[in-house]
This record gives sequence, C-alpha cells and structure tokens, in this order.
Amino acid sequence: MGTIKATMPGVFYRRPSPDADPYVEEGGSYTPGQTIAVIEVMKTFNELKAEEAGTVRRFLIDDGDEVSMGQDIAEVGE
Amino acid sequence: MSELIVHSPGLSTTVQDTGRDGFYEIGMPPSGAMDQFSHRAANLLVGNPEGAATLEATYIGPKLEFTDSRIVAVTGAEAPLSLNGEPVPTWEAFAVKPGDVLSFAMITAGARPYIAVSGGIAVPEYLGSRSTYTLTGLGGLDGRKLAEGDRLPLGEASGARPGVRVPDELRPEHPSVTPLRTVVGLCSYRLTDAGMESFLGTEWKITKDADRVGYRLRGGKLDFVEREQPFGAGSDPANVVDLGYPVGSIQVPGGDEPIVLLNDAVTGGGYATIGTVVSADRDRIAQARTGDLVSFVPVDLAAALAARRDRRSRLDRIKSLVS
Repeated sequence: MGTIKATMPGVFYRRPSPDADPYVEEGGSYTPGQTIAVIEVMKTFNELKAEEAGTVRRFLIDDGDEVSMGQDIAEVGE
Repeated sequence: MSELIVHSPGLSTTVQDTGRDGFYEIGMPPSGAMDQFSHRAANLLVGNPEGAATLEATYIGPKLEFTDSRIVAVTGAEAPLSLNGEPVPTWEAFAVKPGDVLSFAMITAGARPYIAVSGGIAVPEYLGSRSTYTLTGLGGLDGRKLAEGDRLPLGEASGARPGVRVPDELRPEHPSVTPLRTVVGLCSYRLTDAGMESFLGTEWKITKDADRVGYRLRGGKLDFVEREQPFGAGSDPANVVDLGYPVGSIQVPGGDEPIVLLNDAVTGGGYATIGTVVSADRDRIAQARTGDLVSFVPVDLAAALAARRDRRSRLDRIKSLVS
C-alpha cells in the first residue's frame, strides 16, 4: 500500500470548487494523469495528478487543511 | 542549435538575473533572482558572469532538454537531480550533450532551485535586464513563467570545466526556523512596545500567500499606538503618509499579518514599514516555504553591511575555485 504525496506546500482541497463533488471519493479509483486534489499556493490552484492508476483507501488530511511539501495526503492501493 | 527545450516547466519557473536596477523611482521593482547567492554561485560554476540569466524554479523543478554541449550547475534548493535518469550532483558543474534531459525529483530542502547553463539564457534584455516581471508581463521569456514546449535561446559559452563544486561550508543552511536579520524602522514608531516585542519575539509562519511579490506571515499580534489620523494618511492604524518601500521591508496592512515585500513588490505606498530584512538574508527567505517558520533578528546598519560583505567574500571564494 502506498501514499500520494503533496508535491508543493499550501492549502489542500479535494474538490475543484466549494460546491463541486470531490475529484475522488474514498474507495474510488483513479487513472494515470487524473486530478486527485488541488493545492493552493502562490495565489494559484495547482492540480495534483496521479502518476499511476489506483484506488484511494482514505484521505489523511481534511479539505482546507494546510499541507507541507512531501506530506502524505492519501493512502492508496491497486 | 543553441536552445534549451522545456519538457515540463515545473510550478513557476522564470528567467532571472541580478535584477532590473535603476528604475525604482518610476515604480519598477528590480525583480531578479530571489536568492542572489545561489543564482550567482550557479553562474560562477558554469563560467558565466554573475549577471547572466539563470532559471529560478519554485517548489517543483523543470524538465529540460539540451541541444548542444554545455556546462550546467544547479544550486539553491536541494533536490535529487538526474541527467537521462542517472544521478548528478547539485552545487557542482557537470557537462551535458545534445539530447540530454535534466530532471528533478521532489525538493528535499529549500524552495527555489537555480539552473545555470554556460553562456546564459539569452532572452532579449528589457531595460538592461533579462529578469521576468510577471505582474506586468515584461522581461524574461515573453514576460511569463515557462510553459511546456518553450525553447529558450542560449548565449555563447565560454570555457568552463565540469567537476568544480561549491564546498559544503559555503552552501546555505536550511534551518527549521529561518532567522532574518532585520533593520528596524522606518515606521516602527507606529507599534506599541508590546507590538514590537511580539514582532521580534514571534516565530512567524509563512502563509500560502508567499511568492516573488512578498511573503505574508501569521502567528503574533501587532498593536499600534493610538494617534490622530495625520493629513494625507489613510484611516487604518497601519496607514502613514505615502513613502517608498525598501525591497525587503515589512508592512502590516490592517491586522496582525506582516508582509515581507520582495523582488516583484510595489515600490511605495501608505502602509507603515516596521523593519527591513537585510539584503543578504533575502536569500534565506527565498528558500523558506509556505508552512515554514521565520523570525526577525534586529541588527544595525553596520551589521547589515557586514552581512553583505560576507556574502560577497563567499562568492569570491567560489570564484577562486573556478578560475
């Protein structure tokens, strides 16, 4: 079981806008290149994309939390 | 063909040099490399003048392909580097050939890597500088950050040699709390004694609003002295009659969140500037990230100038290693 790490520091969001559905639900699967989350830093929202296919077991931080570079944001499996 | 091909640009990578100095009075900030020491050291390692243009990345390094034989050096933030998948060192000059691809793994310390290529990035100069100022879209490559597929022109390379490295003791440290030597003033009289104590005693956290324009900080409380609003000043306690903002100056616009103004910041306005980070330590704040802690250490002007001379002598030592 692996994790997805934040590639930059900032504020973590699981959805593209406050009213939108999350990019991926817990238990949901994703494909390579798919957006998993956005991180807000330097006045821009930056998409965090999956490198490989997988399934999100659970998110390790909440929507709107601060995140540091390299921090694990989700546990994932195949 | 003397070009650098951008396979992936990273998060925010721009062309920068020592800055567009000499136009501050018309409202033009200097831009230029945020960490001047690392920028200049990278140039020295590849045989460039310190004023040649390098690439400054933030948080995520770019992926670059070379189209001719050059000498390259990467300084500043630490990240595992590879050339065609084989590891190459940071703070050390190495040779590249046509078709070689340089890539970065996740940054392990610091925030901004600098990539120097022998011959320098040869975008046209604007007002005497190749630095990018993205807010008004001038300088650098079309006044913007790099994008996938960009091709950057390179200058004529001189005879640098690979293998020259900056010894550990000359490389910047990345402490968990970054101390920023600061000359207190010009408008520090606006803070109460308790406000000044909080300013100097707090370990401030860098918020997500931290970029080349400025770093907004959080963590302490800053109380202002009660006063009658002077003619020409705004009504906020942090307002004063307009003044020029030194690069590195710290202002507190309406609240408890100080902002350190940096290379791309506005050049003047009506907020009290309570101190100025000395030029040598702007290199340090440039390598501090969102979420990191900084503290302000009060120094006088003599200490600020000594810090600048110390940075110069460290660069001169690198220069002597190269020649």
